[in-house]
Amino acid sequence: MDHQPAGPATAREAVVTITEHPKIITARLEHEDAHTLRRFLATGGYEGLRAALALRPDEVVGEVKDASLLGRGGAGFPAGVKWGFCPPGVWPRYLVVNGDESEPGTYKDRILMERDPHQLIEGVLIACYAVGCAQAFLYVRGEMALAQERIATALNEAYDAGYIGQEILGSDFSVDIVLHWGAGAYIVGEETALIESLEGNRGVPRLKPPFFPAAKGLYLQPTIVNNVETLSNLPWILSNGGTKFAELGAEASRGTRMFAVSGHVRNPGVYEVEFGVTTFRDLLYAPVYGGGIRNGHELKAFIPGGASAPWFFSEHLDLPLEASAVGKAGSMLGSGAVVVMDDTTDAVKAALRLVRFFARESCGKCTPCREGTSWLEKILERILDGNGRPGDLDLLLDVCDNISPTISWPPKQTTICPLGPSAVSPIASAVLRFRNEFEAKLGGSAPVTVRVTGAAYTSKPPATDDVDAGSGAKEGAGV
Amino acid sequence: MARLSDPNLVLAREIISRYPLPKSALIPLLHLAQEQDGWVSAEAMEHVAELVGVTPAEVVGTCSFYEMFKREPVGRYLVNVCTNISCQLLGGEELLEHVEETLGVTAGGTTADGMFTVSDVECIAACTEAPCLQINYRYRHRISHDQFDRLVADLRAGNLDDEVPPHGTLARVRQRIPVGRGAGSVAPVGGVEPAWITSRPAPPPPEKPS
Repeated sequence: MDHQPAGPATAREAVVTITEHPKIITARLEHEDAHTLRRFLATGGYEGLRAALALRPDEVVGEVKDASLLGRGGAGFPAGVKWGFCPPGVWPRYLVVNGDESEPGTYKDRILMERDPHQLIEGVLIACYAVGCAQAFLYVRGEMALAQERIATALNEAYDAGYIGQEILGSDFSVDIVLHWGAGAYIVGEETALIESLEGNRGVPRLKPPFFPAAKGLYLQPTIVNNVETLSNLPWILSNGGTKFAELGAEASRGTRMFAVSGHVRNPGVYEVEFGVTTFRDLLYAPVYGGGIRNGHELKAFIPGGASAPWFFSEHLDLPLEASAVGKAGSMLGSGAVVVMDDTTDAVKAALRLVRFFARESCGKCTPCREGTSWLEKILERILDGNGRPGDLDLLLDVCDNISPTISWPPKQTTICPLGPSAVSPIASAVLRFRNEFEAKLGGSAPVTVRVTGAAYTSKPPATDDVDAGSGAKEGAGV
Repeated sequence: MARLSDPNLVLAREIISRYPLPKSALIPLLHLAQEQDGWVSAEAMEHVAELVGVTPAEVVGTCSFYEMFKREPVGRYLVNVCTNISCQLLGGEELLEHVEETLGVTAGGTTADGMFTVSDVECIAACTEAPCLQINYRYRHRISHDQFDRLVADLRAGNLDDEVPPHGTLARVRQRIPVGRGAGSVAPVGGVEPAWITSRPAPPPPEKPS
């Protein structure tokens, strides 16, 4: 099957491979000028907004509930249900768009913001109309200069054309969308930290419960925080109907979803696939997607949903990209970031790099995370430098157990937000599966007595190791 | 360096007016100060504090939390090399070493001519395009060592001035809300139900069972 790169495949622009899958959010990317209002309007742009304005707001919420649209940011909570958590009769309500994509391995919101900003703006408008938000803030990661420029241009075009501001399209619906530049902090992707940042503060998460943002968020008013990809689905849902969206996918995972496949595959890329039915094997091995492990190497492990997710192995390849199935197996689809490691990968080095990230990005509010992540980094560094001690593996897991008791999945928290427990995932994954690599660096056997219960951590390799991981890949899989 | 210039002060007041509470403009104003001077000086932070109505200490508190705000001068070009997992797997650390050797400074350092500051950064969302780096937040995907050398030569020669503005200028396009078109910022107190929530016809009454 042919696959064509969408848009300009220059060194500076990503290649988004278009397959014959139903395309919902990347359909427009085959046009190089998809970011312009002109192209947007020529390809069905703002039709979803018109459809929404012909309905009552509660009917729009109904469409989104029918679509079973799960949040695409990482937590995977149903968007329509989240909207319903705003307390009745409390005004004003605000909408905050989470465009602070920074989970390692994740690359999809930036594409949507750079290449199809009007689609996102249309989604924001539909959400504001449905929920009754008086103002929207588009929080875009500071490091994404092109996305900032493209969104600013798109907002300016849309204001001039009457799609944003007062009496939108001649209706009684009025709302401003304010573009807000972030300034570099991973933790701000957590929704209460995002709100703190938008209030001009350090990006430190708020304690919740008692109050979730839908009840008390920005300025302690009801606030909906939605991810860029989540909102970008709304125009299609309103144009085509929620049930049409829900016809795609399986179980709780409906519609399509973008996955970034990076690391040691032949064709790293961002792919929109049917959610819930496509498998990891399809994504890693199908010629239209990852195309298999790079020349002559074997799969060692893969991270199914960003740096925070426990690692998967060859025995997990046939799992569908479906939230509950992946959860039962002990990991998560998270932010749609699949990082593939082949047999040349040093598991200790990879674990150290991931843990260093969490140590650097810890905001410092909660002791187990602030202290724990930096100790995990130091212990791993000394193991890698050849100065490790026989008790270090147990010490690593003991620190993990202090951050996330029982090292289970889903993780338990001794912290306000999930950042600390996220650092446990790479450690527990690497230590339990590749203990021999740690012991080789330690110069002898190292006991592991701390109990680890997460299903992916304790997964065992298939009995026979001669299974050709690629043999099951279907040509044009999942089409 | 300096407080905000008069034209930037006009811009600052416009930015503040977009938010329900002035303090929300704190980060955008710090970006504005950094655009003016290339870094964020103590005087600029004091000025921002005056403008949004908080103490200078609160501004320093926020400013120091965020990676992008430089409270000391940096080079004209910030070279941010990603070494996180997807880039590490495909040579990100080797790329950083090459950058450090080529420019003669280690991560965190600035070249003697003030042209380049090197940074070892976390994931910048180009994972399928590894290894990658940014020059003043402009991406270079799948960059080889040779390509980096040419990039440095081009930057030194001024060949990329149109594409890569000096450090501090993030986006060269700003949002503008046309006078008379904006719906206005909405204060968090005394809000009322938006008109459109109830202005559409009510749902038809449920059919009576026969």
